[in-house]
Amino acid sequence: MSSDATAAIDPHHDATTSTGIPNKKLIMWAFLASDCMFFACLISTHLIYRLHPPPGNPDPREIFNPPLTSFSTFILLMSSLLMALAVNAIQRGNVRSMRHMLLGTIMFGCIFLTCQVYEFTDFVQDKHMTITNCILGSTFFTLTGTHGCHVAIGVLWLTLMYIRSFQPADVEANRLWFGKSLLHIAGFVAAIGLSMYLILDFVHMAQAGTLSKFLGHDALPIAGAIASYVGLNLLARSRGAVDFGEANAIDVESMGLYWHFVDIVWIVIFTAVYLLEYI
Amino acid sequence: MHDALAKKTDFTAEEHQAPAKHLVLWRPAAKTGLISWLTTVDHKRIGFLYGISALFFFLVGGTEALLIRLQLAVPNNTVLTAQQYNMMFTMHGTTMIFLAIMPLSAAFFNFIMPLQIGARDVAFPRLNAFSYWTFLVGAIIINLGWFMKDGPPNGGWFGYTPLTTKAFIPGHSIDMWVMGLQLLGVASIAASLNFIITIINMRAPGMTMMRLPVFTWMTLFTSFLIVLAFPAITIALVELMMDRLFGTNFFEVSNGGMPILWQHLFWVFGHPEVYILILPAMGIISEILPTFARKPLFGYPIVVFSGASIGFLGFAVWSHHMFTTGLGTMATAAFALATMAIAVPTGVKIFNWIGTLWGGHLQMRTPMMFALGFVWLFMFGGFSGIMHSAAPADAQQHDSYFVVAHFHYVLIGGSLFALLAGIHYWFPLMFGRKVSEFWGKLSFWIIFVGFNTTFFPMHFLGLNGMPRRTFTYDANMGWNSGNLIATIGALILGVGIGIYFSVMIYTYFKGERVGRDVWDARTLEWSLPNPPPEYNFAVIPTVHARDGWWYEKHHQAEIEKEKAAHAQAEASHGGIHMPFQSIYPFFAAVGILIMAVGVAVIDPNPAPGIHLKLGTTFVGFAIMFANIYLWSLEGADGYHIHPDEEHAEPKKQEAHK
Repeated sequence: MSSDATAAIDPHHDATTSTGIPNKKLIMWAFLASDCMFFACLISTHLIYRLHPPPGNPDPREIFNPPLTSFSTFILLMSSLLMALAVNAIQRGNVRSMRHMLLGTIMFGCIFLTCQVYEFTDFVQDKHMTITNCILGSTFFTLTGTHGCHVAIGVLWLTLMYIRSFQPADVEANRLWFGKSLLHIAGFVAAIGLSMYLILDFVHMAQAGTLSKFLGHDALPIAGAIASYVGLNLLARSRGAVDFGEANAIDVESMGLYWHFVDIVWIVIFTAVYLLEYI
Repeated sequence: MHDALAKKTDFTAEEHQAPAKHLVLWRPAAKTGLISWLTTVDHKRIGFLYGISALFFFLVGGTEALLIRLQLAVPNNTVLTAQQYNMMFTMHGTTMIFLAIMPLSAAFFNFIMPLQIGARDVAFPRLNAFSYWTFLVGAIIINLGWFMKDGPPNGGWFGYTPLTTKAFIPGHSIDMWVMGLQLLGVASIAASLNFIITIINMRAPGMTMMRLPVFTWMTLFTSFLIVLAFPAITIALVELMMDRLFGTNFFEVSNGGMPILWQHLFWVFGHPEVYILILPAMGIISEILPTFARKPLFGYPIVVFSGASIGFLGFAVWSHHMFTTGLGTMATAAFALATMAIAVPTGVKIFNWIGTLWGGHLQMRTPMMFALGFVWLFMFGGFSGIMHSAAPADAQQHDSYFVVAHFHYVLIGGSLFALLAGIHYWFPLMFGRKVSEFWGKLSFWIIFVGFNTTFFPMHFLGLNGMPRRTFTYDANMGWNSGNLIATIGALILGVGIGIYFSVMIYTYFKGERVGRDVWDARTLEWSLPNPPPEYNFAVIPTVHARDGWWYEKHHQAEIEKEKAAHAQAEASHGGIHMPFQSIYPFFAAVGILIMAVGVAVIDPNPAPGIHLKLGTTFVGFAIMFANIYLWSLEGADGYHIHPDEEHAEPKKQEAHK
């Protein structure tokens, strides 16, 4: 297409395309249509097998933990609000506000994933439902696990976008930026991994009544988590012009579309897998 | 573009104008040699890569078919063992559908579609390269079994469970089949998303949707079918993979699994797949017939709308592959009716093609011969298709050679004839040379005769009860002469295909040189010199009519004035924007190959097995991830060229999105 340069960036109209819709937005919509079919097939599998339980299939009501899942559902839906605010911030060119909102979205996504890890451990260890020992286990873990993978990919994408927003405008003068961004990634991996581990360990110890040993048992991971948080804080203090702004709003917006879609799919899964058992 | 992309942040008020330099990132700039092909983002080169790969696998699949026919030539033959026969028909089906016809269509999508809409490339050039390399990786994984002790996949191209579960085929051949198809799905979906966005968003000014050439329309429909149908087989394959690798129960009957679920998921994909194979062919035919009938396409809106209806109805008929599984009267009746309904838009298309030919000044050139062969043979395959749609009749024909005859008439007589026609039609545009009419027509007649000799007797064999997928038969079944004729036909067909491709190779090196627009055609790709330059259009055309190039040819003064004005406007914006080449899509695909080998090929059982398996998988994943990350950091930048300066040193420019 011919380059019709316009002075201001309009996030809702791209003059270089035939329809005015940015390519990146359109491809995300088309991909989500494909992903809809993907989840439709998995959810159908679960619902079909739900109607034909073999003898000895466990009763879902004895396994599910609705209060926990309701909590994590609420958290995931709220993360969509933060995501929308992040998109809004970058469309106004406010990189600092966008970063805060992205961090919030990442945190809420991680809380959801932590709840899911807790739920899976609980089902396998205490309720004795594994992915192999019954058809409910096979369909449940495959479906919710696939959704969990989507959330995890979303968290990864959010994290990389957050780190990308620190790329300096003048890379000549900041030759270390690539090494720094790798350090940034490592910091996130450590912070998220250790925090999830500590929270889960804390809860498990509280349930076992051995909470008094928590500090002694987990001293090293606690120190590591604190160190990674301090490191992330230091890395986020870099000043100077960055190569990230309104022009990148479309990247954040496409990522947001994905994130909202994963949330909407969870509403369907929460209804079809959990709530349906309590009617 | 500078102003549009100057970045505004709250950290600094100054706008940075200096070219962004990427210290750790490599910008390959080779225009010739191996590196240029590995890093290419040019849709025409990627089209060639698809085409060459597809033709290679077409010959592989054809050899498998000839072996099958040799085995069946006479009763109680021993060319192949039963086990080898299973491998042959499995690999023949998988290869022809996924590695020959689909990528050959993709080659045309890549090469022709952007030229038809007046675009300089697809919307996401690097994603396009990634699609090709991932396709190649999938093809390699599927064919790896030939070189291993487990052998190639032998569970049928449809992979029905429980036959394909671990209990019945414990080796890795099915794992490779599953993983390979999974990757082909990723490649097809990525490519299709790209085509959808390109057609919707990259059209030249004036190229409204209802002015799109029909081939472009069919590309759009096919892409939508791929995007919406492939997830079903993805899930089916995921479930089978989970069963095989982790011991889940999706198809494990003793624990409540139901193998029929596989059939449903597979055919929810499998039937739209049939239209994925035939719609591009219909698009090619709709380009060739008007060109050689010297008339515009008859009933253009109806042809387009019929394509859409076929695609839409294609999702509602999958259970007609399962009439004999006991769906129940209601479901069977509904699916039978929906299947018959598809005959309506298909018939409408055929009448429109006849309407195009009617009263035209027909020029019997080689592409036209293949196109007319398509109309005739596809119609024939359609008739036996209608017979299948009646569930009671289908119960008799199910799993017999009648079905084999039917789908070879629509897949060879349909898809393949159209693709062969397309190669002849666009060869002058791609290479600047033309195949000689004598040799082209000779190969057509041999292929036509060989094809009918092979597959027409199969109707009778099927109605006489000969079942599919059996490696031999007794002499007293009454199938001897039919099978012998079919095998002789297959050899004739093989000779025809051999002549066809020998002539192509000869023409590529020594054929008659031709100028621009050799067929006096109607669509925009023919406005280009041959072979088309890297940037396609020196000036983006403005489209004034449905047959855009025809209009240009007949309003030359007006068009020249318009082009001069546009060229000036474009030059003032810095010239033609070209995307940088990139190696990351290729390396990401290499990572995927290593990962797939880890998942599907390495055996976890002997001592270091599981560590080697997991290690390989994670290393592959890490390579893929690192390259996708670098790919995203590198950015979709480009440079500008000025075509009048005759390939002057390309001037690097600031970041473009």
